[in-house]
Order: sequence, then structure tokens, then C-alpha cells
Amino acid sequence: MAKGIWVFSEVKDGNIRKITFELLSQGKKMAEKLGEELVAVLLGSGVEGLTGRLAEYADKVYWVDDPNLAQYTTDAYATVLTNLLKEHQPTIFLCGATIMGKDFSPRVAARLQTGLATDCTGLSMGDNDLLIAKRPIYAGKAFIEVSCPVSRPQMASVRPNVLEMVPPDGAKKGATIKVEAKIDPASLRTAVVEVVKAAGAKVDLTEAEIIVSGGRGMKGPENFRVLEELAEAIHATVGASRAAVDSGWRDHGDQVGQTGKVVTPNLYIACGISGAIQHLAGMGSSKIIVAVNKDPDAPIFQKADYGIVEDLFKVVPVLTEEFKKLLAES
Amino acid sequence: MNIIVCMKQVPDTETLIKVKPDGSGIVTDDIKYIMNPYCEFGVEEALRIKEKFGGQAILVTMGPQRAVETLRTGLAMGADRSIHLNDPAFEGADGFATAKALAEVIKKETYDLILCGKQAVDDDMAQVGPSLAELLNLPHVTLVTKLEIGPDKKKAKVEREIEGGREVIEVSLPAVFTCQKGLNEPRYASLPGIMKAKKKEVKPINLATLGLPADQVGAAGSKTRILKHTPPPSRPPGKIISGEMLDAAKNLVKLLREEAKII
Repeated sequence: MAKGIWVFSEVKDGNIRKITFELLSQGKKMAEKLGEELVAVLLGSGVEGLTGRLAEYADKVYWVDDPNLAQYTTDAYATVLTNLLKEHQPTIFLCGATIMGKDFSPRVAARLQTGLATDCTGLSMGDNDLLIAKRPIYAGKAFIEVSCPVSRPQMASVRPNVLEMVPPDGAKKGATIKVEAKIDPASLRTAVVEVVKAAGAKVDLTEAEIIVSGGRGMKGPENFRVLEELAEAIHATVGASRAAVDSGWRDHGDQVGQTGKVVTPNLYIACGISGAIQHLAGMGSSKIIVAVNKDPDAPIFQKADYGIVEDLFKVVPVLTEEFKKLLAES
Repeated sequence: MNIIVCMKQVPDTETLIKVKPDGSGIVTDDIKYIMNPYCEFGVEEALRIKEKFGGQAILVTMGPQRAVETLRTGLAMGADRSIHLNDPAFEGADGFATAKALAEVIKKETYDLILCGKQAVDDDMAQVGPSLAELLNLPHVTLVTKLEIGPDKKKAKVEREIEGGREVIEVSLPAVFTCQKGLNEPRYASLPGIMKAKKKEVKPINLATLGLPADQVGAAGSKTRILKHTPPPSRPPGKIISGEMLDAAKNLVKLLREEAKII
């Protein structure tokens, strides 16, 4: 035992994020194959109550409770994590390819002088203790498999929503171990002054299970209301093509594609989106793709599992009603 | 204020990427190269800071000979001078080895801040900016959509994108920032700008002038190895649902439930 597969447990608004359990589910399988322990590491302030759920998956939970960790800052998190990783020298360290994970992991990797595969969509164990990480390049126009042959830990950040989450069997009760943070507040070079929540913020595009997206065919910002209504009915997040964002109809943060967000929902409904190559790359890994467009030759239909060739303004409201009926029945 | 802008030349986002049959890489014939779109935000921001506070905007890139085109584009936009890390020994660098080489050359400059793109749209690693900050022992802020330099030039107040909103952060300078869409609208190079750029400095740096041992750069200095390239998984052909609109919509909802089992 010892060494181990470590999973960073990300906390948002007082709860452990789903990606953590996705990583623990995958980590459990890999730890069994490797014959090493599965460890969850939890940072925050007032987080003791969250350790129990992690202990249902992990052999050990290291938890670090400190007022300096209440709000994420790169320096505090990177320092606490690097110190723990230096002390215990695990074989593998995994975190979510979330905004937080993508912020600290390259810094931690550089401080530990080790390799990092970012934004992975698949993990497997190769020979000996080698982690094989699969990740998209060119926003998904191609994929690579990467390994970190010499240095340890092998680090990877994994995209939310791609690994299967397996509920724990209820038998496991890992040890929870409190660790002192030992943070010198003077060493923190950034300070969070304010957090502004977007109005009506739903699940972020990168972790949404359903996305309803609109493009040039929406014709104007006000028409996104029909997509908002559909999204409301099926608990989806609204996205947009670059054409819609560059026209000023939607925020930059809503853009899906090679120069926006790369998304992997279970269901992606593209409305009035022709399907530029950059857009297709960014949403092409969605499990099911539906396209609504009045142009039968639109490239989006090449990627779509289901397509309706019709004016979106006629189809979408009917779809919304049909979904509502279905969901009311079940 | 002196601003360093790290940049990368990448295939145009219009490019259809093809994987070589043996999986050793992508087919690079006929690729048109552009400045990484997120680096454009970095160049633009550097020019705006320079216009306000004075100083120099210095471009740094690592890449083969063709990467000079990207430096010239940035110089034509208005940057003052540029540094080009170009040596066969630098090839095959991962995020760590790239950050290491950039850090080595940036150490020799005097600067107040460093701007990088949030990621390059070829490798999509989003790694070099924060790793560079670590190697230079500087703070960093990623995904910046607004950057204000404080009156004393010792601090900056920045906005960054977070899931479901934004964060306002104060950071001491010098620092590394990675630029996200929304930060600014990059300018186009003017014709006089293009003419002037031809006379601006592109300083070549090779392995000898960089001063790092050969085993710390390029593929040899990388911590990760690419085992193989693969095309994206192919999707089964889709269904076009025809018929009267009401029927088509009903049919789609039914298929999503019964066939795709997604709703």
C-alpha cells in the first residue's frame, strides 16, 4: 500500500462538486489495479462535515481546515497541496479540469517538476504504475494519449461529466486525517475582493448535462427567449455559437467552440447553428446531438444524431411543449 | 511599464485536422498558421497599457522559423521588439519544458507584467502561463477579462471568469495574467504599422544563447510523452426526422426518451 492515487476534492458553495466523485469512482478502479491506496484531499474552512462522504470512497481522507482556505487563492491552495504531495509522494494526483483545477495544477506540477495532462477525457492504467491519459487537442478535432514516464506524481486534470460515477457500496469507511495548513498569510500574493454571480446563473456549460444552443439563425438577442424557455423545461443551460456572441447577442462565457468552451453534455440541441468547423469541434463529443435548422445542407446535420429541417421558431416552442408533457407524465 | 507578451503560432481554427495513419502526429501539409487567438488579446492589452503608462511591449515566442510571421504580426499591431526561441533542440517541448525555456529568456528582461493567452488552441493545455509564473516565482491570475493597473503600478485589480460568474482579484506586480475572450477587441495592424514592423527587432535565441543544458529543453526536457494521436471517435449516421412539424417534434421527443434514453 502507501504511495497511492490522490483525488483533489473540490468544494463549491459548501458542497463537494460532482467531478470529485467521478474522479474517486475512476480512482478506485485504478487503485485496485495498482494495489495502492485511494486518497481524497480536501481543503477549505469548516469542511470537517464533508469528510464523511469522501471516506465512503477513499481509504484515507486528508483534510486541511484553515480560514486562509475559505476562499480559493492560487498561492494558498498550491502551497498546501505541494507540501502534502512532497511529503507523501503518491503515484498519481487527479483533479477536475474546472476553473480551479486548471488554475492550480500547472503551478503545482511546475513546483514538483512533474508532468501534467490537462482537460483529460479518459484515464487508464498502462504497464507498471503508468497512467495513460487521453485528451483532446484542437478542441476535439483530434485526441492524444499522454504519459508521464519518469517523474512522480503523474498529474492529470479531468473534464467534468466524462467519467462514470459509481455510488459507493456503503461498506467502506476510510480514515479521516486532519492536517495543519501552515499558511503564512503574507505569502498570499492575490486576494479575492469580490465574487459576482451572473444573474439567473444555471449550471455552467462545461458541466451541464443538457445544453440548448443558438446561432446566427436566432436573428437577434431577444429571440433567445425561446431557447431559455426550452432550457427551463428540460433543466438545460443555454449556449451560443461564435456568430451569436460576436454579434453581441450573448455573453462571451456562453460561447461553445474552439475559441469558447468545449462541452460534453448528454444532450446538445443546436438551433439555427450552421456548424462551423470550430463549433463542431467544441460540441462534437456530446453524447447525443440534435440539430434544428432550415437549411438541409447545414454541416451541423453531419454531426447530429437527430435532425429536423425546419424553421427553429416554429419547432422549438412545440418541442418545449412536448418535453413539458413528457416530463409531467413521468 | 514593460510588458512581456508570450505568444504562439497555431494552425488556423478553420483547419481540418488530419491524424497521420501511424498516429505519430497530425498532417501538417497545407496548414495555414495564425497567431493564437488568445495571444491576440495579450498583445492588444499590452499595447493599451503601454499607451497609458509608457514603456515597451516585448513579444516572446518559441517555434520554428515560420513563427517569425506571428512576431511580425504583433510588431505590426504596435509591439516594440521581439524574441524568437528557435532551435531544433526546442522541438517537442511539453508545457513544462516550454515554460522553462520562456522563463530562462524572460529572466534576463526587466518587466512589470507578463501576458499569456489562456491557452493555445492547438494543444489546448492551458499550462504554460501558470507554470511560467511558478518558475519565475511570480503570482498569476488566469482567465482575465478585465485588467486595471493601480496608480502606483505595484498592484493590479483584475476580473476573471469563474463558473457561473466572475471574481475580482487584487494582485501584486509583477505578475502573470492569462487572457480570456472579453478582455478587449484586438486591433488590426495598419499599413504603416506593417511597414514599421519590418524594421523592428526579432532577436533569435538558440540553445547556446539560451544557456540551458540540452536535456532541459524540447522533448528531452519534457515531463510528458505523447504516445499516440487518434482521430475523434466517429459518430453513427444521424436520422433526419421528417413529416408535419408537430409530428416531427413529437417524434423527436419520443426518440430521445425511447431510443437515446436521454430525457
